[in-house]
Formats: sequence, C-alpha cells, structure tokens
Amino acid sequence: MINVIEIIYLFILVVCSVAAVRMKDLLSATVVLGAYSLIMAIIWMDLNAVDVAFTEASVGAGITTVLIIAALSRTKRGESVPDVGEQRRTRKARRFKKFVLFIVTLCTFGVLVYGTMDLPDFGDPDAPARHHVADRYIEKAHEEVNVENFVTAVLASYRGYDTLGETTVIFTAGLAIMVLLRREKS
Amino acid sequence: MMFGLAALAIVISAVMVLYRGIKGPRVYDRLLAINSMGTKTVILIALIGYIYERPHFLDIALVYALINFIGTIAFLKYRETGRLD
Repeated sequence: MINVIEIIYLFILVVCSVAAVRMKDLLSATVVLGAYSLIMAIIWMDLNAVDVAFTEASVGAGITTVLIIAALSRTKRGESVPDVGEQRRTRKARRFKKFVLFIVTLCTFGVLVYGTMDLPDFGDPDAPARHHVADRYIEKAHEEVNVENFVTAVLASYRGYDTLGETTVIFTAGLAIMVLLRREKS
Repeated sequence: MMFGLAALAIVISAVMVLYRGIKGPRVYDRLLAINSMGTKTVILIALIGYIYERPHFLDIALVYALINFIGTIAFLKYRETGRLD
C-alpha cells in the first residue's frame, strides 16, 4: 500500500517540475513550485528525515515562494516572447542548442547513475557513513556535551565552527537580499 | 490497512487537485489548488505517522498547518498592491 502511495508522490513530483518549467506565466510557475516543495516534504517525511522535511516545507514552500514573488514584483511577470521574424531566424539555432543540451543532460544522468552503482544499499546498517564517527557520537555525546539530542550535540558542539560558518553564509545572503529588494525612499 | 486506504484516497485526491493546479486557466485557480494541496500534505503526514506507528508526527503536521499560509499571504499581497514591502 505505502509503495503505491510513494509511486504516486514521485509521479506528482515529476509532473509538477515539468509543468513549472513549461509554464510561460512566472507567477503560476512559482505557485506550482510551492506544490513541488510540499510533495518533496512528504517524501522526506516518508524517509523518516523529519528535520529535513521541516526545512523543505518552511524554506521551499514558505520563504522561497515569498522571495520569488518579491523578485517578480521588481521585474516582469511573463517570459519575453520574440517576434515572428526573429523566431523563424532563431528556430534552427535553438533546435541545435536544445539538442546539445539534451546530450549534455543525458551524459550527466549517465555519470550520476554510474556513481550510485557502488553505493551501499538504502538503510544498510554496515554502510561506512554509519561507522566513521557516528559510533563515538552515539556512545560519548551524552557525557561529553551533556545534551539529550545527538543531532543537536553534533551541530552545536562537535561541528560548532562549521555551524558558525553556515550561519555567516546565511546572514550574508539575507543582507544581500535585503539590499537587492530594498525600495528607495523618495 | 485503514490508514493506508485513507492515505491512498488522499493521494488520489491530491492528483486531482494537481490537475486543476496545472490546467487552471487563472492563477487564482492554481493558488486555491496549491492551498488545498497543503491541507492534504498536513493530513498525509499525520496518516504516515500512524502507518509507521509514530503518532508524534501529529505535532509536525500541526506545525505544517501553521506555516502553510505564508506563500498564500505573500501572493495575495502581491496581487493586491503589486509589491511586497
């Protein structure tokens, strides 16, 4: 039963992304991308990655929609369509460009699939990622950091400098967006 | 089994809502479709919690319901005034 439901989610995901790419009205594409994020959040939830699902829903469906709409309010809502004569002239060039892009995408897809071939199975308890430092965190985190939650201990203590760097990056990005979207007082 | 059937029904109705969201002639139809998609997401998360026998997913579903409307508010403000600030 749950497998059927998962297949339907993934189908909805593909349909949403294709529709968002093909839409000419950018506001509608933004709204459809919001649906994409919601479905993606359900998939993370299904994989038991609750915190990732949270981030996906709040950032993907919430903040990204707001930011794209803010960008649209400073630019134009539709894609620009070239006039007929120019269309005829560029059609051949565009078809060639599409063909090249298709080949490049196909090659990238092949390389990515090749890269996943020697990965350990999904949920394999003997995978190297589960034994490199994870054992030490699970055994010692409570007495070393004195925090109940391992994830919090890893993020805030063992990888504290990493988290500090990430916070700096996000702070800088927020400042840049505020500067870009600021309205001049006249 | 009961929860699985309920989740299947919700997912099928999500597909129907998706049809309106993609086909919808006006952007408001799409917005309404995506809004109800968010509501279905909340219910699905609660149901998945019961299917996997982790009922505390219910709290997460509640938080989802709280953040569901942010995009809608921004969208409506943009349509009303043409800007967000």
